[in-house]
Amino acid sequence: MANSLYWEQFKRSFAIAKKNIRIYYSKGPVIIFGLLVPFFLFLSFYIGRNLPVGALIPGLLGMTAFFTATSVGPAIVPWEARAKTLERLISSPISLWAIFLGDVLSSFLFGVFVSIFPMIAGVFVGIEMTNLLILALAVVIATFCFASLSILLSSYPPTDTPAGVMMISSMIKFPLVFISGVFIPLEDLPAWGKTLASISPLTYFTDLAKLCMQGTSYFPVELDFTVLVMFTIVFLVLAIKIHERTMPQRL
Amino acid sequence: MAVDHVSFQVEQGKLFGFLGPNAAGKTTTIRMLTGVIRPDEGTARIFGHDILREGLKSRQLMGIVPEMANAYVDLSAWNNIMLTGELYGIPKSDRQTRAEKLLKTVGLYRRKDQLVKDFSRGMRQKLLLCMAMINEPKILFLDEPTSGLDVESQRLIRNMTRELAENGTTVFLTTHNMEEANQLCDSIAIINHGKIATIDSPERLKSRSSGLQSIEVSFSTAVDIKDLLTIQGVTDVRKLGDKWRLYMENPSEGIDALVNFARAGNAMIISLNTLAPTLEDVFLKLTQEKEKGDPYGE
Repeated sequence: MANSLYWEQFKRSFAIAKKNIRIYYSKGPVIIFGLLVPFFLFLSFYIGRNLPVGALIPGLLGMTAFFTATSVGPAIVPWEARAKTLERLISSPISLWAIFLGDVLSSFLFGVFVSIFPMIAGVFVGIEMTNLLILALAVVIATFCFASLSILLSSYPPTDTPAGVMMISSMIKFPLVFISGVFIPLEDLPAWGKTLASISPLTYFTDLAKLCMQGTSYFPVELDFTVLVMFTIVFLVLAIKIHERTMPQRL
Repeated sequence: MAVDHVSFQVEQGKLFGFLGPNAAGKTTTIRMLTGVIRPDEGTARIFGHDILREGLKSRQLMGIVPEMANAYVDLSAWNNIMLTGELYGIPKSDRQTRAEKLLKTVGLYRRKDQLVKDFSRGMRQKLLLCMAMINEPKILFLDEPTSGLDVESQRLIRNMTRELAENGTTVFLTTHNMEEANQLCDSIAIINHGKIATIDSPERLKSRSSGLQSIEVSFSTAVDIKDLLTIQGVTDVRKLGDKWRLYMENPSEGIDALVNFARAGNAMIISLNTLAPTLEDVFLKLTQEKEKGDPYGE
């Protein structure tokens, strides 16, 4: 009985995700923060430095997955609060957790889809990808983790201004990228840099990507996956709890 | 406080009107019943399901046309209805059959693939009604459903509402339109400043309203309102164009006094009609007397 109830709610999450895909993937801020920002960030890092392009693909993959998976989520709730469609969802027979799971799913699918392109680029520049299963699992888990973070980013303050949320989320996202070892290998960082890097979920995904594309990783694989899963759980639980508290202020 | 200890019961299959001036608490009541906002205290049941403890079950039985149009403007009419159907767990084939029938009923089927952002207010309201009915609700909440619509759309929505009630759907309607409430509702609650002023059927409300019966009269010459107020039995006077409406306890006795008044003032009576109180009269009396701290008849 309880299982069928959860399954029914889960199916409704897919309806939410489908709606988000139709509406939000083509929105300006999503395109800018999800596609253009990681691309130009990569170019600004690459141009003028004498680095083999293959060495940068794990970082490009990490940034792409991170930025794309966190670009849809923060916009949805404020957008819907402003358009008064959030009220429609809340008055429908769907749980709050199922609504946010739908938002996470749409962010996740966007992240996974766009992440395929840096991997194809890696193949073209001659990177030999070992441990494809680990790489696929890493993309799935990490993108889900980043998508969960995106829902957390929109939870506070309870505003109905998408641009405001995008700005606040950028203030959190960019530092998480810079401290993560995307640009500088973890082994080259000082001790304090390594400590700082450990609080970014992107660190663990980039580490896994390096393992699969360059054959070495800084952390053990098990640790990378465990930390990513733990980040995901924390982000999801926190996001749902904070949204539950702030929802009356949005309606 | 938006609403204060509001208590009422709606019989299954009945059309219940919820009337009140602006900011009286009508929309707040609907938003609490539909799970949008949480009441500070108290309880409500929808077909036996507690709205707080069994929110999903109670919301599963509802259809809602909210006051603010809130279909997804970036989706087509068809996709809006399909989304609503999916949120209610309706199988795909049923969703499609029902959506086609509903859109044809409201005359939107040919525009089903058009984005809602290109719809007029009336079209959006019709679409919201389709979305509210896709799950064949046992109770339909309509918050100002005809507000700001053209006459044709108003009539269509009223007819659909009436048919739904005739087929056993319970309807909870808020409106500013007294005639709409009078024509549609089996019973009416009047809310003012967050408190229920009265609940009764439209006709009983009118019959209970002593002092609201009136005579509508026009004279050949100008008369002074102060003189009209001196006529025996007259409780209030209002000017309506070239006519006067005189409110009194007993219009049959008032006619004699009115004829004597005309004779005394050398004025000829051009027309004279006795009128039963309208729902608007009852509403205004109740809400105005509440303002004065004198709850009418309660």
